[in-house]
Order: sequence, then structure tokens, then C-alpha cells
Amino acid sequence: MEARGLQKSFGGLTATDNLSLEATRGEIHAVIGPNGAGKTTFVHLLSGLLKPDGGEILFEGRDITRLSAPARVNQGLARSFQITSIFRDFTVLENVMLSVQAGQGHSFRFWKPAAKDESLRTPARELLEKVGLGERTDVVAGNLAHGEQRQLEIAISLATNPSFLLLDEPMAGMGPEESQGMIDFLKALKGDYTMLLIEHDMDAVFALADRITVLVYGKAIATGTPEEIRNDATVRAAYLGEETA
Amino acid sequence: MADLKSPANILTVIVIGLFAVVPFLAPALGEPFYVLVFARIMIWAIAAVSLNLIMGYGGMISFGHAVYLGIGGYAIGILSFHGINSAWIQWPAAIGACAVISLIFGAISLRTRGVYFIMITLALAQMLFFLSVSAERYGSDDGLNILSRSDFGVSFFSLEDNTTMYYTIFAFLLASVFISWKLVHSRFGVVMRATKSNETRVEAVGVSTYRYRLTAFVIAGVMCGIAGLLQANFERFVSPDMMNWPRSGELIFMVVLGGMSTLFGPVTGAFVFLMLSEILSTWTIHWHIIFGPFLVLVVIFARGGIHGLLTRGSDRE
Repeated sequence: MEARGLQKSFGGLTATDNLSLEATRGEIHAVIGPNGAGKTTFVHLLSGLLKPDGGEILFEGRDITRLSAPARVNQGLARSFQITSIFRDFTVLENVMLSVQAGQGHSFRFWKPAAKDESLRTPARELLEKVGLGERTDVVAGNLAHGEQRQLEIAISLATNPSFLLLDEPMAGMGPEESQGMIDFLKALKGDYTMLLIEHDMDAVFALADRITVLVYGKAIATGTPEEIRNDATVRAAYLGEETA
Repeated sequence: MADLKSPANILTVIVIGLFAVVPFLAPALGEPFYVLVFARIMIWAIAAVSLNLIMGYGGMISFGHAVYLGIGGYAIGILSFHGINSAWIQWPAAIGACAVISLIFGAISLRTRGVYFIMITLALAQMLFFLSVSAERYGSDDGLNILSRSDFGVSFFSLEDNTTMYYTIFAFLLASVFISWKLVHSRFGVVMRATKSNETRVEAVGVSTYRYRLTAFVIAGVMCGIAGLLQANFERFVSPDMMNWPRSGELIFMVVLGGMSTLFGPVTGAFVFLMLSEILSTWTIHWHIIFGPFLVLVVIFARGGIHGLLTRGSDRE
């Protein structure tokens, strides 16, 4: 996955300024930055909810800049949301079954009950076992604990069979224990997926990332290994400094 | 659906049972007039079931749904006016007209959301309402009498027979509920319900929702058009009033009253709505003074309507 010279403004505000970034296969690439650095805009540009004013996005060698959000998912680019986005009145299993169904082609099937369809249930159940929600399949998603909802959020994305995961602050709103659980969970996925991790939680970022890009005012001011970023003077001044001071 | 003896399911069986026996029961009780009332209720119930498909399960609040009653009805009326009475021409024409118009209206209105969707469906429907008002050839707002009901050209099945007409409507009502049930639980229905719940998420798992919403809109339009063609046949009369916006509002009310997103709620809603207005209007000409506040109370206190009230706490359908 590669973004080249992405540009996006809202009125007079430049949210993404000539931003280039490359995530190589199998790595976890974290994007960090202070509030208002344009992280969320960047996620929306990559996932297709927003169209860039300039620049291009390449995914597995293909130009996907003009593709709609659903079309990108079908190419293997899945995302999770910062604010938990699940089907609250569906059961946990039904949440994941919808993704499996979406991956099996069109849903213009009007007659056979979907709920009993083993070609949907089996993969969904297997995936839920894998993410540790195997015991919770029949719970209505809205009744899950916050941490479990975050796990389900990612399970829904995983069920689309992606090669690339765009994770928008997966630790958002989690306590230290839940965060650690999520870190372990993402570590277990490492290698199977290329991941772009947008995150505030520095412990998580330094525990997980192979490389880090620092975003400030829509610009990438530095990219490097966690060690390089920790010792980068510009980064310390612009961002990390705020926290260590 | 798990518990067959839930209060909501018992109510469903009672209402269906009533519809089934009224042609025998009402004359026996010396109230043959109620056969007409029940036939009308069933026709409205089909329309309400069709609206519930898009509104209850798809989150699309169409404020112009009665227009398909009008289109289905006028297709019969206009063809009959020109001397074409064969059901084999009339019915496909009515269904085809509803399919084409709901496809066009849906393609336009589904590009919007929320209040804009409500206003556009209303505006498009009123356009056809005013067209029918201005169609002098077809009676303008006086409406159009239909001399004979659709003719199937066979001796053993004639809609001119009132009992046959009644049970034809009954059969279509059962079919509309059954088809809704199949649709809602199919893969298509899952996409519909998920889209109502969280459209962004549906797109984020790789489904373009527009085509699905449009398909649902057309299915609902056609189903409502069938209610319209039955109404034209039953009443032997069509008029612009059957597609004027208050009718669309009443349809929404029937659905909400009976229970949105429940399979049989719209039928119960149509039943209670029309029976109540029937009974109240025999007590006093100012019956709206009682009816209005009653509807308001239902909306405030019975979220989920009658079926929602009866299934509270138990499994959702």
C-alpha cells in the first residue's frame, strides 16, 4: 500500500498536505501525531470515505484513488472505526456473518434464510473463536462490554478477508488491561496482514509497530523504526516533547 | 419467532382467523356491512406491509407510498375505461407501471437521506396526484367508475363474485406477509436490516447499499401497487384521493401503530386504525377529536407499536 502526495483541504484548512507513505507487506506501520494532525482525514482518504484533492493511492500495484469505499474492501483493504461501528441490534455472530456474506459476492438472494446458512455460520464462528469471542456468539452486540465491542469491530473487518487492515485507534476508550489484551491480539495477527495503525496510545505503538510515521499539520515529518522516532529531534520537538516535558 | 405462543403471535392468529371467517360470521350476526369493512382493511394492510418492508426493515421513511395505490388503481381504471377488462393485460400493466415508476422515484429519492428523503418522496407522489386531478378524461378529482372487475376469462374464477373477491384479497394479504417474512430473513434482508442499523459499516464490509435499497423500494412499490389494483377492483372506483398525501401519512401510522419492523404489525395496525375510525365515526361526527389524541398516546407510550408492546422483553422477530 502506498500513498503518494495526498492532498486534502476543507475550505481554507489543509488537513492532508502532500502526504506520502508506504506500508510494506506484513508490517505494522503506525501513524501517530497530535490531535488535529489529520490522522482521521488520512484514514478516510485511504478507505474511500473521502476523495483526495490531489495525489494517488496505490494498493497492490493498482491505482485505487477513484474507487468507492465498498470497492476498496473488495480489493482486500478493510478498515475499523475509531468510534465503535457495529450492528448493535444484531448478535455477535450475525455481525460477522454479514461480512462473510459480503465476501461471497452479491446479496440478491431473496428466499433462503441467511441465519441458518452454514457457509456463513461456520467461517463466522471460526473467526470469532480466533479473536476470543467464541463464547459470546449469541449475545446481542449492543450488550457486549466495551473491550469486546472493540474486538468485534476488528473481527467484522477481518471477516471480509482482507490483506490490509486500516485500524483507526483500536485502543480508543480502553483501560490499561483491555489495551494490553488488544495489543496481544494484534500481535497475534501480525504477519498475516499488513496493518496501518492509527493510535494515540504510545505504549501500544511502540509495542507493535515495525515503523512509525509522525504526522503534524497534515504533513509527514518523519518515518522510521520506533528507535529512530524515539531519538528524532524534530519529532521530540513537535510531538513527543509535549508528553515527556 | 421462537415462541409460537407469544402474545404477539396469538394476536396474529386471531386477526388472520377473523379475516378468514368474516364473510360467514358477519351476515350470520346480521352485520353484512362488516364484510366490506374487512375487505378494505385487508387492502390497506397489504399496502402497510409493503411500506413496512422499506420503512421498518430498511429505514426508508417514504411519505409518498400511497402513490402506488393510485398507480395500481388507475392502471385498472384507465384500461377498463378503454374497454380492456382482461386481467391478463390489466394486472401485468398495473404491476409494470408500479415497477417502472418506483424505480424512477427510488433512483432519485434514494440519493438523499433523512428529512430530504421524506420530502422528495412526498413531492414526487404529489406530482402524480396532481396529474390525476388534472386528467379530465379520467374524471379529474371526481374519480373514475369501473364498470366491471378484472376478467380472468375462466368460468370458475370471477371477481364479480364478492366472496371470490374477498378471498382473493385475503390470499394476497397472506402472500404479502409470507413474502416479507422470506425477504427479511434472506441474505437480501440481512443487508437491508444492516443498512438501516449502520449504513457506513455495511459499505465498510464491501457492500454498495444503493442497489439494495433501490431493489427494496421497487419491491415495496409493486406490492403496494397490487393493493391498489385490488382496491380498484373491489370498490369499482378510483380517484385521486387514494394517492393523496394524507393516505401516505395514514399508511405510516398503521405501520407505527401495529409495530414497525415486525412482520405482522402493519396488519394489526391497519386493522386497529380502520376499525377504530369506523366505530368512532358511528358514535359522533367529531370522532377525530378522540382518534387524534389516541394516536398521539400510542406514539408516546407504545414505542414499537402493538406488536412491540406484546413482544417486549422476549425475542425480536
